[in-house]
Amino acid sequence: MAPSEHPHDQTTAAGERPWFRAAPPVLGPGHTFESVTEKISAIVMTRRTPVGWFLGFAIAFAFLMLLNVTIGHLLLTGIGIWGNNIPVGWAFDIINFVWWIGIGHAGTLISAILLLFRQQWRTSINRFAEAMTLFAVACAAMFPLLHTGRPWLAAYWLFPYPNTMNLWPQFRSPLIWDVFAVSTYFTVSLLFWYTGLVPDMATLRDRAKSRSAAVIFGVLSLGWRGSARHWQRYEMAYLLLAAISTPLVLSVHSVVSFDFAVSVLPGWHATIFPPYFVAGAIYSGFAMVMTLAVPLRKFYGLEDFITMRHIHNMTKVMLVTGMIVAYGYANEAFFAWYSANPYEQYMMANRMGGPYAVMYWSLIAINAVMIQLFWFRRVRDNVMLLFVLSLFVNVGMWLERFIIIVTSLHRDFLPSSWDMYAPTRWDFAMFTGTIGLFLSLFFLFIRFLPAIAMFEMRTLVEEETHELERPGMV
Amino acid sequence: MTVPPDIEALRARLEKTRGREYWRSLESLTETAEFKEFLHREFPQNASEWLDPVGRRNFLKLMGASLALAGVSACTRQPTEELVPYVRQPEELVPGKPLFYATAMPMSGAGMGLLVESHEGRPTKIEGNPDHPSSRGATDLFAQASILTLYDPDRSQIITNLGEIRAFSAFTAAAQAAMSSQQGSQGAGTRILTETVASPTLAAQLDEFLVRFPSAKWVQWEPVGRHNAREGSRLAFGEYVDAQYAVEKATVILSLDADFLCTGGSGVRNARAFAARRRADGDHTQPNRLYAVESTATNTGTKADHRLPLRPSEVEPFARAVAAALGVAGVSAGELSEPARAWIGPLVTDLQAHRGQSLAIAGDGQPPAVHALAHAMNETLGNAGTTVLYTQTTEARPMNQLAALQELVGEMNAGTVDFLLTLGGNPVYTAPADLDFAAALGKVRLRAHLGLYEDETSALCHWHIPEAHYLEAWSDVRCDDGTVTIVQPLIAPLYNGKSAHEVIAALSERGERPGYELVREYWSRQTGLSTQAPPPPATAAPPAAVPPVSQPAPTGNTAGAAAGAQAAPERPPIAAAPVPQLSPFDREWRRWLHDGMVPNTAFAPRTATVLGAPAAPPSGGRPQGLEAVFRPDPSIYDGRFANNAWLQELPKSLTKLTWDNAALISPATAARLSLVSGDVVELRQGGRSVRIPVWLAPGQAGDTLTLHLGYGRTRAGRAGNGTGFNVNPLRTTAAPDMIAGVELVKTGDTYQLASTQDHWSLEGRNLVRVATTAQFAADPQFAAKEEHQPLPGISMYGDFKYDGYAWGMTIDQSVCTGCNSCVVACQAENNVPVVGKSQVLNGREMHWLRVDRYYTGDLENPETYHQPMPCQQCETAPCEVVCPVSATTHSTEGLNDMVYNRCVGTRYCSNNCPYKVRRFNFLLYQDWNTPTLWLQRNPDVTVRSRGVMEKCTYCVQRINHARVAAKLDDRQIRDGEVLTACQSACPTEAIVFGNINDPNSRVSRLKAHPLNYALLAELNTRPRTTYMAIVRNPNLELEPAAAAAEDER
Repeated sequence: MAPSEHPHDQTTAAGERPWFRAAPPVLGPGHTFESVTEKISAIVMTRRTPVGWFLGFAIAFAFLMLLNVTIGHLLLTGIGIWGNNIPVGWAFDIINFVWWIGIGHAGTLISAILLLFRQQWRTSINRFAEAMTLFAVACAAMFPLLHTGRPWLAAYWLFPYPNTMNLWPQFRSPLIWDVFAVSTYFTVSLLFWYTGLVPDMATLRDRAKSRSAAVIFGVLSLGWRGSARHWQRYEMAYLLLAAISTPLVLSVHSVVSFDFAVSVLPGWHATIFPPYFVAGAIYSGFAMVMTLAVPLRKFYGLEDFITMRHIHNMTKVMLVTGMIVAYGYANEAFFAWYSANPYEQYMMANRMGGPYAVMYWSLIAINAVMIQLFWFRRVRDNVMLLFVLSLFVNVGMWLERFIIIVTSLHRDFLPSSWDMYAPTRWDFAMFTGTIGLFLSLFFLFIRFLPAIAMFEMRTLVEEETHELERPGMV
Repeated sequence: MTVPPDIEALRARLEKTRGREYWRSLESLTETAEFKEFLHREFPQNASEWLDPVGRRNFLKLMGASLALAGVSACTRQPTEELVPYVRQPEELVPGKPLFYATAMPMSGAGMGLLVESHEGRPTKIEGNPDHPSSRGATDLFAQASILTLYDPDRSQIITNLGEIRAFSAFTAAAQAAMSSQQGSQGAGTRILTETVASPTLAAQLDEFLVRFPSAKWVQWEPVGRHNAREGSRLAFGEYVDAQYAVEKATVILSLDADFLCTGGSGVRNARAFAARRRADGDHTQPNRLYAVESTATNTGTKADHRLPLRPSEVEPFARAVAAALGVAGVSAGELSEPARAWIGPLVTDLQAHRGQSLAIAGDGQPPAVHALAHAMNETLGNAGTTVLYTQTTEARPMNQLAALQELVGEMNAGTVDFLLTLGGNPVYTAPADLDFAAALGKVRLRAHLGLYEDETSALCHWHIPEAHYLEAWSDVRCDDGTVTIVQPLIAPLYNGKSAHEVIAALSERGERPGYELVREYWSRQTGLSTQAPPPPATAAPPAAVPPVSQPAPTGNTAGAAAGAQAAPERPPIAAAPVPQLSPFDREWRRWLHDGMVPNTAFAPRTATVLGAPAAPPSGGRPQGLEAVFRPDPSIYDGRFANNAWLQELPKSLTKLTWDNAALISPATAARLSLVSGDVVELRQGGRSVRIPVWLAPGQAGDTLTLHLGYGRTRAGRAGNGTGFNVNPLRTTAAPDMIAGVELVKTGDTYQLASTQDHWSLEGRNLVRVATTAQFAADPQFAAKEEHQPLPGISMYGDFKYDGYAWGMTIDQSVCTGCNSCVVACQAENNVPVVGKSQVLNGREMHWLRVDRYYTGDLENPETYHQPMPCQQCETAPCEVVCPVSATTHSTEGLNDMVYNRCVGTRYCSNNCPYKVRRFNFLLYQDWNTPTLWLQRNPDVTVRSRGVMEKCTYCVQRINHARVAAKLDDRQIRDGEVLTACQSACPTEAIVFGNINDPNSRVSRLKAHPLNYALLAELNTRPRTTYMAIVRNPNLELEPAAAAAEDER
């Protein structure tokens, strides 16, 4: 969609050229309550499932099966099937964990913080962003468990449960903080997502053409009748959940960063880590939302709901958070030098010129240089380009975790224990397998649940109508 | 498939029997026609196997097993297994309390006195015998690892004749027949081939044999023996004598390519003596100085204050030049290269300034002339009688082994040898290539081999007899100073092995006799004491002479930790033991066994006069091309330990290679030939060739390759087969130690070598702190000053209080030779698994204690430092706070305990360990399935499974043993009562362990020493293991930089 076609531009085209252009709308023109509901619910209820869905799901499912095989092999043989060694005790396992957790960040940010800030553009993307969060956290949560040597014990020993031996987890360990942070985050995200789904479930129940769908959605909608009392309580609950989720957005990745910051290792032991990790998480999370939103709106014709306004805003968030991340890199490099600590200095020199320097410079190229493209409106308008760039951002953020984890570990204090890390095929199987799991869940989600919050979109119809009548802008 | 009609009947039949009876009824069941029919129909593809006898056996086994399992699944009742307690408790055996027995390990013509820990009848750990002159409580790595060879499941287990199982009596019958056919010719066709014999009993037996068959011959062959030293002494003195070095008395030592601190029967003794004047708490009144001239970097060379790499062919001219400058009569200096020339003056001045306190030692790989020159130098310097003592040889019958072997092969080829009895050794693999021993062996009519393994030699022999390990059989052996130790077994032969004594005895007129009797008989004859006991009183138990393990005398059932120097006070007094009615001989015998040596058997020094300097070899100028030296492998020696997985995986002290050998080459030469480590080259010389990868070794002399023997075995066993490259094809009788004119051809192939330490450099980090004696005198605090010390009490979590003990350790880097004994000792003590080459390549080796090796300075001649790295047991341990399940916790005595049961394996502790001493069981590394290996395990240490982190514990099990002993006596644990496994194995006493709460303990005194420093102290880890900085004692004339610094000061 060319910029000049935007209705907002038309209002100012006649007058003098403004010093900035108006933002595109959050909902395409001409929509009614009925059309919004019809359009979104049709994906679930009436439209034929497209062939592309089957194709995509089949591929994703194949990778999910690969994940199953890998986990089976892992449990039977041990984590020695991966490339981890001493000194690189953590590698793909924790890289993938942090990467997925980071991706999971955008959902809650969009749902909770933007809700509290009354950013209405969040409405059309929050549902699937939340779903993305849940699936990403599910992928992430697998790693802290499976990366242990004895996951059958770690599965419950990491939780504080009363036992006759009076044994508790060690509360000084950041890994325990992780367990609490991630499980809290997953629980709250799930509740938040499900609460948001309840009115839409009722809509689907009412529109269901088959008995089984009516029963299923009927059960899931928890008896929602849409009465004023329901709405009043619902709004209150939703706001409360949003308020509870908001600190989690900051806390989860801060806690994840403590896994590194609390250690003594050069390259990990840095006070910048919590904000730097949170920014990186939001950055990668928005990149993933972009990666998912672009094909979604394209294939399901949802351009009116996920408009250029959303695309622009997401790009801007990525630009801001990406710049914070880039500042983090600069800061790490500066303090490595400024600390006058030979170990820190070597760590940085090793990142920049050591055996993994290619990965470091790719990371800089993506996360510090490439994102500067987002300054340009022409780039922000080019949806295909943004899709490709968002994929790069995903790669870049994965590389960031690789650099932090592997290059810090593989050459630390005593040169005698320096070694190299190389992933095995099982490392890649595990990683691609979790992508398979993520995409499989996502395919199922867009097929069986409303990917966009219908009732919230309906509130936009009202506002959009008013807005169009006003001569000004948002 | 359709069910055969008779299946129902079969099922009914099966149902009638109870699960437990399947075992017995199986065979009768399978014999029935119905069952055979059923099997045919059920498994048509196996029908053909059924007819093949070998396949049928396997098939029956599988069928039997599956039927048995079917029975098990149907009936879970436990089989009745009767456990019978000791009806009569064996004396001194308390379950859970180890016993220690004194014995000795014979190797290459010398023995090492040992104490072996035994748990309920199974030897588990080897310690040095603190009273024994060759050991003084420490051991070399081979002795430590030999316990694994004892339990090696690949050892040969049955007597075979042409692959068929036979009884020992069948062998003796065959051998007797062969011998009796030669009665007329007085055994002219009989040859006995042994390794170097240092057992007086065996030598006497062989002499008896030769009296009976005067025309028979006894040949000794030891592939890396002391043939040069032997011939060198004959060259110098006209007879075979042994030189005993009193290293502790030597102030200036010149090593001519000699690794005298780490190899040979005297290595442990020499290392301890050398260290006595270098240790931080040693005698510093006059520190010793070591000059090393060598072509390949050795552990001794790494301790040298001055080290000069010279090509092998340049060592002899260098020795001549030194001898000439010292004024040895009849020696003239030849041409020398520039760096060597610069050495002569300062070196000779230094040697002459220390007449009678200096020492020249020639290496085993140097030609006899260099040995003779060293003898001449020592005589000229007045060292004979002070730092060098001459004695008769520890070898029972010294001979020119190369000549003897050459003659033997000649006779074999001539077809005059009818019967060749090889007692130990593996000549088919080790004999020089030009002899083609294998082909010659084929011409012998009857060939028999006694060996621990069914090796390359047994494959070509008619008879193979499994040899009893030294821990399984009675014997005796002379140690380096002549002291005799009775080798007493700790366990009955696991695989019905025979000792050489027993085999020889079986061929004698008196026939088969147990080794116990043979050894006792020899010694009762020697001592003239009667073995007849006074008539016993009726109540006394009869002397239970049940061979082969007949009354071994335990040395003490002290705590496991007390194996070392402190074991002596704990021993039960032998005289007080109520053993009445012993024969005069038994009284002595028991004392010998208990003490681990026969008193007064050390050789008295004798005089030896140098007849004259050896003639200069014809000057052929500098040899063209590359030169190569052959050395025993630092880990698997001449190949005899090829199947010892501990030694295979042991990182060789300088290259840190595991599981392979490589052609060591200097970095400059490699650069010139554009080679990098791992490039496979073909080495050609004299029409022979060897393919081997190269490895860049700093400190290697230019244009010189070092080829380690012992690899490339084809019949070593599961661990040893296919590892490394056999370099024996380049070794000839003419040049068994060094060859010149080697042509090196790049093949373009590469080979992956598994090294445990990839980085040579310290990266400018102050991990190893070094000063010269002068610098240390000027600034004693130099080591501690080098880093920022964190303020006390800045930890968030507060300090621990230690009311009782607080364990600590110091490691003296000045004296650590990097010999690796501690690493193997730790592995043996702590049930540390072996992971294999592919896992080592992946950085997953499991050693709890590693010896880090760093180089500084010139790549071609660097200074080399060894830094043993056990767990540092930090006071504020980074590992402890990050474990989510408290699997690693701080003990009340300051240890970082690992709770294996609690560990879930997050590996966070390892990531956060700045010293990277933690080891993770990425896979199931421990062998849970091989029964013999179960016997080796230390019952006091948990055997770890998959998914668990592990690390050095300061041998907490030994601490606890000592604690029990101390509590029983109601006293404190004494200083030195607890020796960690690494400490007790250390030949140089570099490792000291003890209670740092006791200000008078040895470790506390060392920690108060100015040289003491903590590694990475600025991290505020406050390690309990600290290091003593290195103090070197260079000759300022040879070290311009140090001299300049000195002047400046």
